[in-house]
Amino acid sequence: MQQIIYFIRKFRYFLLFLLLEILAITFTIQQHSYHTSKFVNSANFITGGLYNTVNNVNEFFLLRDENKLLIEENVRLKNLLNKKEINYTKENYTVIDTVKFFQKYEYSVAKVIKNNYTNRNNILTLNKGTKQGLATDLGVINSLGIIGVVKNTSSNYSTVLSILNGYSKINVRLKNSNHYGTLSWNGENHTTAQLEDIPRQAVIKVGDTIITGGKSAIFPEGIHVGIIKDFIFENNKYQQINTLLFNDMTSIGYVQIVDNLQKKEQNQLEQQTNNE
Amino acid sequence: MNNLILSNTVRFIFLVLLQVLILNNVNLFGYLNPFVYITWIFLFPIKKNKSVFLITSFFLGISIDFFSNSGGVNAAATVFIAFIRLPILKAVLRKSDFDYLLFNLRSISFDKIFLYIVTLTIIHHFILFSLEYFSSNAFTSIISTTFFTSIFTIIIILLGIFLFVKKK
Repeated sequence: MQQIIYFIRKFRYFLLFLLLEILAITFTIQQHSYHTSKFVNSANFITGGLYNTVNNVNEFFLLRDENKLLIEENVRLKNLLNKKEINYTKENYTVIDTVKFFQKYEYSVAKVIKNNYTNRNNILTLNKGTKQGLATDLGVINSLGIIGVVKNTSSNYSTVLSILNGYSKINVRLKNSNHYGTLSWNGENHTTAQLEDIPRQAVIKVGDTIITGGKSAIFPEGIHVGIIKDFIFENNKYQQINTLLFNDMTSIGYVQIVDNLQKKEQNQLEQQTNNE
Repeated sequence: MNNLILSNTVRFIFLVLLQVLILNNVNLFGYLNPFVYITWIFLFPIKKNKSVFLITSFFLGISIDFFSNSGGVNAAATVFIAFIRLPILKAVLRKSDFDYLLFNLRSISFDKIFLYIVTLTIIHHFILFSLEYFSSNAFTSIISTTFFTSIFTIIIILLGIFLFVKKK
């Protein structure tokens, strides 16, 4: 016993060093696994609050761009509305029965107060949290396309696993056929992401549009992702497909949060089927 | 003594804010961000009680991690260079024992300061990027990012030290 105490006292400096290193590496590994990074993230009172203050100042200089995006989206929505009016004037106008009617997705708005795109694994911070109804695994999009998935939440802030993250895997499909694939990022260029697991039967061309697949319970089907930039077809297989993202990930202001109201039902059913 | 604690605390807060609010958004050539907060490690006075230094450098690293959502990579790299700082300094100065109380970076000749800062910066950046990429496939990316970011960091740290640290 005495020898153990003697040993600890003699090497206490080195042991302290080892302890701190192990602690730091544990946090690193926790960050890499999807759901367990509970402790070290910027969705807390101090870091979130500071980023929020700084962002309020920065936002002032970006109002022009933000307004332009809003006007573009408004024009698009007005056009959609006008198309609808033509249908309503027709005589075969159907009344939606409230019993049959059901809402699948709910959208809410949030602001990105911290944007990252230079690291290997990028994470964004939003100015809304559980108090405003955000939860883990909600989709984050804007008018141009997808941005990521909510990862951690605190009462007023939340972090988003950006599509520019090595651990982000998003189910996507080609717009002109029903071939599904996975969107991931190799860490090289923040304007392009990589498309994986596209079956070799799929016919793709440079310029084809990629949209979300709607196979997972996070994103609705048909949200824009990007267009195919180039690809390598070798050994009867697609080796690498580069996708040019519609979103400029370096400049993201306001985003929309997609909540799938039937997620629980879908997940429960899928789990039940898997267990049988 | 109190003056020393105060000046190091102020420097700690200043460097963390400088790092997370300004330098993390520099993005030179699209991806280079200098990690200037490690200047705190270089300037910390050398004391007999090294444990306090090790623990505070852990907190320095983890506060950068909190802001940049990077797990514990900055903490791991910072604690490591804090641990090897004294052996490196001894090797650079070629002295086995020196006056602990009168340690001042500006009283050492330039080539020795340069060697001391370059060695520690490169080790710090190498550990940082290895843990961030966390894969052996990305070895070339790790080496190239370490190299270019180190150059950027070293230039800014040397300028900062020569402009803002008083010569006693």
